[in-house]
Amino acid sequence: MSKNVKLVGVGGQGTILSTKILTQALLNAGYDVKMSEIHGMSQRGGSVSSDIRFGDHVSSPVVEKGSADFLVAFEQMEAVRYLDYLKPGGILIVNDLKINSMLTQAGKVKYPEDIIEYLKTRENTYIFDATSVATKLGNARVLNIVLLGTLVKAMGLENLPIEKAIEDLVKPRFIDINKQAFNIGLSMM
Amino acid sequence: MKKIFTGNEAVARGVYEAGVVYASAYPGTPSTEILENIGTYKEIVAEWAPNEKVALESVIGASIAGGRSLASMKHVGVNVAADPLFTFAYTGVTAGSVLITADEPGMHSSQNEQDNRNYAKFAKIAMLEPSNSQEAKDMMIDAFDISERFNTPVLFRMTTRVCHSKSVVELGERVEQDLIPYEKNFSKYVAVPAIGRQLRHSVEERLNKLADFSETTKWNKVYTNGSKVGVIASGIAFEYAKEAFNDTADYLKLGFTNPLPTKLIEEFCDQHEKVYIIEENDPYIEEFVRSLGKECYGKDIFPYTGEMTPDVIRRVVLEQEMDVIEPREDLIVNRPPTFCSGCPHRGFFYELGKKRKKIIVAGDIGCYSLAVGEPYNLMDWLICMGAAFSSGHGAQTVIDKNPDDSRRLVSIMGDSTFFHTGINSLINTVYNKGKTINVILDNRITGMTGQQDNPGSGFKLQNEENEPMDIEKIVKAIGIKHVRKINPNDLKLVKETINWALELEEASVIITDWPCVLKKQYKDEDVEMYPKAWQTKDMVLQDKCVGCKACMRSGCPSLVFDAENKKMHIDETTCVGCDVCLQICPYDAIVKDEKYV
Repeated sequence: MSKNVKLVGVGGQGTILSTKILTQALLNAGYDVKMSEIHGMSQRGGSVSSDIRFGDHVSSPVVEKGSADFLVAFEQMEAVRYLDYLKPGGILIVNDLKINSMLTQAGKVKYPEDIIEYLKTRENTYIFDATSVATKLGNARVLNIVLLGTLVKAMGLENLPIEKAIEDLVKPRFIDINKQAFNIGLSMM
Repeated sequence: MKKIFTGNEAVARGVYEAGVVYASAYPGTPSTEILENIGTYKEIVAEWAPNEKVALESVIGASIAGGRSLASMKHVGVNVAADPLFTFAYTGVTAGSVLITADEPGMHSSQNEQDNRNYAKFAKIAMLEPSNSQEAKDMMIDAFDISERFNTPVLFRMTTRVCHSKSVVELGERVEQDLIPYEKNFSKYVAVPAIGRQLRHSVEERLNKLADFSETTKWNKVYTNGSKVGVIASGIAFEYAKEAFNDTADYLKLGFTNPLPTKLIEEFCDQHEKVYIIEENDPYIEEFVRSLGKECYGKDIFPYTGEMTPDVIRRVVLEQEMDVIEPREDLIVNRPPTFCSGCPHRGFFYELGKKRKKIIVAGDIGCYSLAVGEPYNLMDWLICMGAAFSSGHGAQTVIDKNPDDSRRLVSIMGDSTFFHTGINSLINTVYNKGKTINVILDNRITGMTGQQDNPGSGFKLQNEENEPMDIEKIVKAIGIKHVRKINPNDLKLVKETINWALELEEASVIITDWPCVLKKQYKDEDVEMYPKAWQTKDMVLQDKCVGCKACMRSGCPSLVFDAENKKMHIDETTCVGCDVCLQICPYDAIVKDEKYV
């Protein structure tokens, strides 16, 4: 059996780094892992997503609609945009953050107001303010690793060698704060 | 040793292990990281070329001179390189030579969905198609052996999901290849008509030998599950098919796909009651299967466009619809990509937008293509690399035929696109006495693909410093008489310069000179040229802001409107102090943040 994870957000939020860390940790733990990301145009503040599939054996690297066991949205509206990728009973983790798109910023369209209320109506939905947690830690950018902590706990894989993967993939001066962010994430879930 | 690699990292590793000594490319999604990764191996000379034609030609020279060589490009890049490719197909190689094409089913970052497998058939050369990272590495090593054994360039076809997916790869060691001492070989390499006619026959003989090889190579393989249903697939589509059919089907996995293996396919079709062809883009395999008189299901039931992901296969073949949550559409607003905070293109497009009714804008490929969206809406067309100057010239010629139409053509491209093929287009405009306004947005880097160096950036791919080419001097040497180089963050200057160009009756060039906010490395001279670039921040004086949102017409993502107190503020973490909004504000409510001056 394979498990499917999808991380979504806005270009620049660090979805790809958290995906890399989780992928490396799963590999080190002995799983067959495939990961897929789409970048290019989306680096410029567009919507971004990356997929991880793991298990005994994995063929396709892509998480399809209706098949994600876990969907982690780094931003509110992105949670709704990719909701159809989640299995109907799957776990949804949402960072309670609004980031304007050019359309809402230019005032052409309003940023939708009641996203969190809408998402709360479904079961297995967990909403966190990872941005504030990261800011309190001293670097708003580690919100991606806070969310990774909540995800790993939700997956029931607290023993994954995530700290080792952080050491391998993060610049030395940011290792400590990323480890702290991960552990706080674990404890939040 | 095992590593988890993207297809691009894996293929670069294969190039290294194959003993390649020279590689050249022009960046393009999803191929860019291939050369970047090859560049990390010091045994290989890896270079960015100004365009794909030049990259392939350099690689051809390296092969003739006796060293294994590789060119890499995105699918549309092969169009640019097609001219040398088709003759290289005739001459063949001395040392092995491989051309990687990175195709884009689904068009994630491209203007079209062309299927470059057709190029292998068209040019009559061997082709390999990996399905995952391990195969990308292993096949690349074999590609060089095939190239040398059959005297053929090899087309190595990857797709976005092979390039950008990670999977586990077992690494090997580099096997050094002796350079083949160069000897003049007139009848092989001088493609004049008399020799071309001889080579034409050897191309056909080679195809016959390759067709035999295709029947026996390990890359074309049957996997049996004892099913009456057969699936023929290549590339990533094979992984998708395995995911969808699992062990309910037998598979003919095709990795060597030009020429296709006639007997293998005939036998496989004869042994199965139903045969599905799972392939992305064109019915390349399907048409071959049908030409053998075999029945199959292909594009008659599968979509002709997009990715052939497992859900697509399940829907079509197994009539399985996934149970999917339907999100509330009213809670989703599009999020198109946009210029970064501090992007030097912003100021230019803000001012150009004021002339909207007087101009027609010919666009090009690069970050500035984002000016097609909000709040600029400033691009009338976008065709291919380097086409802004030439298509603008053609358009202006026709517009001028209409005495009632006085609109001016503004043709816009970046520095890397100018070096790519824009330089030829500008020569055309000058030679033919055109009168377009030609803008080179020089941010001193190849931006859209992820900050690759180019002839104007001052560095080579493997970080060696070089003298940046002076675009202003090049433009003047071509014969443009009216040239101005400006700082695009100085809105008054931008406005004056656009007005100056609109008044001229001859072709002009405006060079906007400010580095990309994401540019990774600078020379000392650059630091002096762009004082305090990205080191300051702007802020909104809350008592002066009236909430008119005029600044938002700049389209900067660091500007945030606070709905509660109806005033703007600037996001301190992302602002880099370009001052464009500061100059737009009619109430002087935006100032330099003293903390960062």
